[in-house]
Order: sequence, then C-alpha cells, then structure tokens
Amino acid sequence: MVEQQAAERDADQVPEFADHRGIWVYVQQRGGVAAPVSWQLLGVARQMAQEIGVPVASIVLGHDVAHLAKQAVEYGADQVYVIDDPVLESYRTQAYAHGIAGLIQRHKPEIVLYGSTVQGRDVAGAVATLVRTGLAADATELSIEQEGHLLHASRPDFGGKLMSTILCKRHRPQMATCRQGVFPVPPRDPKRKGEVIPEALGLREDEVLTQVVEFVPETRHVDLSNAEIIISGGRGLGGPKAFDMLFDLAESLDAVVGASRAAVMAGWIPYQHQVGQTGQTVRPKIYVACGISGAIQHLVGMQDSDVIIAINTDPEAPMLKLADYAIVGDMFQIIPALTQELRAMRQNGHSENAAGPALENDPVSA
Amino acid sequence: MHAVVSIKQVPDTAEVRIDPRTNTMIRTGVPSIVNPDDRHAIEEAVRLKEKFGGRVTVVTMGPPQAREALREAISYGADDAILCSDRRFAGADTLATSYALWKAVLKIAEIEPIDLVLCGRQALDGDTGQVPPGLATRLGWPQLTSVLKLDEVDFAGRSIQVHRAVEGGVEIVKSKLPCVITCTREINVLRYATFPNMVRAARYQPSLWDKTDLGIDDESQIGLRGSPTIVSKVWAPLRRQRGTTQVIDGSDPQEAARSLARILMGEPAEEAPVVAERGTDG
Repeated sequence: MVEQQAAERDADQVPEFADHRGIWVYVQQRGGVAAPVSWQLLGVARQMAQEIGVPVASIVLGHDVAHLAKQAVEYGADQVYVIDDPVLESYRTQAYAHGIAGLIQRHKPEIVLYGSTVQGRDVAGAVATLVRTGLAADATELSIEQEGHLLHASRPDFGGKLMSTILCKRHRPQMATCRQGVFPVPPRDPKRKGEVIPEALGLREDEVLTQVVEFVPETRHVDLSNAEIIISGGRGLGGPKAFDMLFDLAESLDAVVGASRAAVMAGWIPYQHQVGQTGQTVRPKIYVACGISGAIQHLVGMQDSDVIIAINTDPEAPMLKLADYAIVGDMFQIIPALTQELRAMRQNGHSENAAGPALENDPVSA
Repeated sequence: MHAVVSIKQVPDTAEVRIDPRTNTMIRTGVPSIVNPDDRHAIEEAVRLKEKFGGRVTVVTMGPPQAREALREAISYGADDAILCSDRRFAGADTLATSYALWKAVLKIAEIEPIDLVLCGRQALDGDTGQVPPGLATRLGWPQLTSVLKLDEVDFAGRSIQVHRAVEGGVEIVKSKLPCVITCTREINVLRYATFPNMVRAARYQPSLWDKTDLGIDDESQIGLRGSPTIVSKVWAPLRRQRGTTQVIDGSDPQEAARSLARILMGEPAEEAPVVAERGTDG
C-alpha cells in the first residue's frame, strides 16, 4: 500500500527534460508513397508546436525517398530527418525500429507521433520498447500542456464507451499512435522552406532477420478513410450474398462498401471493410447504414459523418435515432430500387458528383 | 515444435467500471473471456501441434481469476498453462506487461526451447496491440504482426513464411525462427473444445509464477512503477449533437427509393422529384 502511494507520488512529479525538444511525426510510406495519416499528423503537430514554441520534425525512412522529405516540409515540417538506405526498401520492423530508435537517441525529441495503422502500430510498439518510453495507442484527440509540455493523448476505450487520456510524465519522448482520418490534412505550401538532415541507419542487410517476399495489392478497392460516400451493411443483411446488393448500390454512387463488426465476425465480408472501434473511423459526406442496429462500437466509428442515412426494419434501432434520414422498411426491396433509380438519374444527366455541391466541404478530403 | 501462446483475459460485457481513485478498470466481478483474437492464436498453435507434433504452452499475466482463461485454453487443446500473477504486477501498462511476459517466456524456454510465440492481434479492452511488439523486441526475435496465414513453416530449416494484412494489401514475409506472431481472426476457423480436453481443463491447475519465480529483482520494471504511461482521466464521450431525424416511410419501397435517391444526389427530400438544376456542374 505504502509502495503504491509512493509510486503514485513519483508518477505525479514531472522531471525536467530540458534536453528533449521538438515534436516529431513518422512519415509512413510504401514504395515511396506516403500514407495520408503522415500529413494529417503534421497538422496537429504544427498546432501543438506553435502553442509551446518548439519545432516540428518529420522522420522519413526508406530507399529513394528524398521526395518525401520535400513533401514533409511542404506540409509543415521544419526539419526532416531522412534515413535513405537499401536495407529500408521494404518496411521491416527490425530495420525501421532500429533506425527510429537511433534518431530518437541522437536528437531527443519530446514527442513522437505515428499513425495507428498496421505499420504505425507495428513499429511504434518496438521503438517504445527499445527506447523504454510510454506509448499511447490509437489517440483520437491530442493536446499539449504549457507546463512541462505534457502531451494529452485521448482515446476511446471499451468500444468507445469511455474516453481516456493517457499521459507519460516521467519518460521522453512521449509517444502516441494516432487514428487516421481524425486530424485534417494541413494546407500544402510548395514554397515552404525546411532543413533536410540525412542520417545513417547503421544496420546491414545480413543482420535483418526477415525478408519481404511479395506485396499483393488488394484487388477490391477498400479505401474507407478517403471515401466520400460509404454504404455499410450489418447483421440485418443476413448473409454474404446480400452484400452484392450493397456493392451494386456503391457502384452507382462511386461509393465504398463498409460493414459492421457483426457482419465481419460472421465472415460475410473481409475485415478491411469494418467500420467502428475495432475497424476504421470514417467521416464521409454520406454514410448509408443498411441493417445496422447501431452498437456503440460502430457508432463511434461513423457518427461524425456529415449526413447519416439508415435503413432498418426495427424503428427502435439506435442507428435510426442517430441518423439524419431514417427509413423504416425492407432494405431488400428499397436498395435495389434505389440503385435503379440512381442509374436512371445518371443516365438522365444528373450530377456525376453525387451530394458534392449540396454539402459542406470535408476538411479531410479537401 | 514448441509454441507458446500469450493470451489475455478480458471483460466480456459492456459492464465497464472504473476505480475513481486510480482511474483503472475494475476487473473483479465482471465476467471474463479469453480475448477473441487470442483464441485464434491458441487454435493456430494447436493446429501446428497436430501437424508437426510437439507442445503448446499458454501463458498470461493477470489476477488469480485469469486461471479460468487458462483452463479455457487447455480445453481448446493447449498442453500447459502458466499464470504470472503478483500483486506487484498490478497497474502495468504495455511496457511493464511485456517485461513480465518476457521474463516468463525466458523461463519457459529454459524448460523447453521455443520455436514461436503466438498472440492475438489486439485485445478487446485495451485495443493497443503493443504487448507483442514489446515482447518480440525484448526477446530480440522478429515480429510478424497482423498475420492472415502461416504459409510455409520449416522447423528444421528454422524459417517461416506468413501472409500479413497491411494497408492496401497482403504482404508475404519470410522470417527466421524463433519469432513472435500476432494472429488475425482470418487465420483460422475456431473449433469447439473436445470432450476429453474439457474434462482435462476442468481438473487442470495452471502453474502460478510470481515475480520471484520469474527472477524479477528490479521492481522499477513492473506494475505501476514500471509503466511510463498513466491514465489521467476517464470520461464518457460527448456525442456530437446532430439535427433532428427525418423519418421516411419505407412501406412503399419505390417511393422510399425515390426519396433516398434525391437525398443522395444532394437534393432535399421534401422538394419536387424533378430538380435538375442542382449539381449539374459535375
């Protein structure tokens, strides 16, 4: 008991970290193309850095990635640390974590942010262990305290029932993986100037224990985070076959198909389509929920959509209460009719850009 | 073949309670289950045992009640189960948890060398996915996260090839053994516990290892003290206030479809059906 109190007292003291300075953002890339979350996080990093008066740096690892350093500057980095090495051609935990940990030990940032993507989570967990510091997972809100430059990384817990704020008081850097699609991409300024700092990896190919054999791109396009319209299906669909109906509707709208956890767990549609707490957070212009009752885990992943349309037979479904437009009826009749209607409207010269002009601009896709 | 599966017992329900003093979750009294992703890790290990022979050891860190999760793992076909439990482990974040599990894996390896450690991709409660990378990094073993499929397993040649679910596709990676693998739910289809395994599980007593058994002298690495992160605040999220819901009668599917089509094309639902001037700039 006494020890626990002592531990809590220790935890309340923020030591001096004068030698740690600046906010870093990890630029996630594959084949020289950056993941959008890398730029989204530069925006929020820039805001926090301005509040406390420190520089923002990006870290770029890869092979032939000089163009990404330039992009990072244009999106708001003051400095870019670049490790360009053939060993980093493909993402591999060991090599990337080694590179990032080395940069952190040499240059001592006070904060490092990563996307909470598969790659971001993979590398951040390893880096946190190498440098022995705290790592908050999947933050959806970030803020900074003037006093001690303490990062408040807040995240949904237990399927979004609770939000919790994670602090890392006694270790630097403070690290967090952050959800993609939550923070807006800052404006890009091609004239912006920044400093590019080349760094060495210090690891040979024969020291790396893994080897990427092949990357097989997903054939069916599932880019939920950048979709303007999402057509999502849930348990109410009753089986995998009914998703064809949603793909048809999605095609007539240039939309992307999403799914609830129940539908994914039932094996009706791959995980890549899952929206919600354990899937992706989305904020499209229009979200159409078909046969999704609206478990809280799902709602937290889509409730910031500009317009929500819900079709369900159960008038008491929480999704219908959240929706802007609630249709109580049989989706197995309504959806095919809707697809036909939309195809007819398109043929008659209606807008190709459905919903575009009538709705507000979405900062994420802007 | 010796596979170690690191599992976590998680609260089953939406019944989340928080200790207002420590801002940590109260797990006592809440019904618990084996974390769903971890069940797939156990299943995969048992399948490897069926194919190659060998043993499956399951390990967890948690309070005494986590024994139940280990018994469940035995019922799915694991051979041995170890509970790492000590009052001083309490309050551990992912860094402190991976430290204790690392010590446990080292001790298990002393008993019998390990070919691979399997974990679930993420836990239902914390949802961090950080413990397996922590464990792999401490062991100095490769980590293969978010694995969809074990493609080629070659225990004699000390290598494994897996399919990983990554952004935009599937990555096929070859790794040296031993390594740490985190399993997605796509990796296999769960099977029911067999009757003999259920009987065995009911009588099974997991080994109990405390911090002394794990050879942990340095308490600054474990529990609350070994945890760089703290939860400072827990609150119920505010829902964004949305406007009122407009209910559309779906009893006539054609009419409902027409109303919806107008909304989707950016035209207010109430307006007349033919409003061609809006949105024709596209």
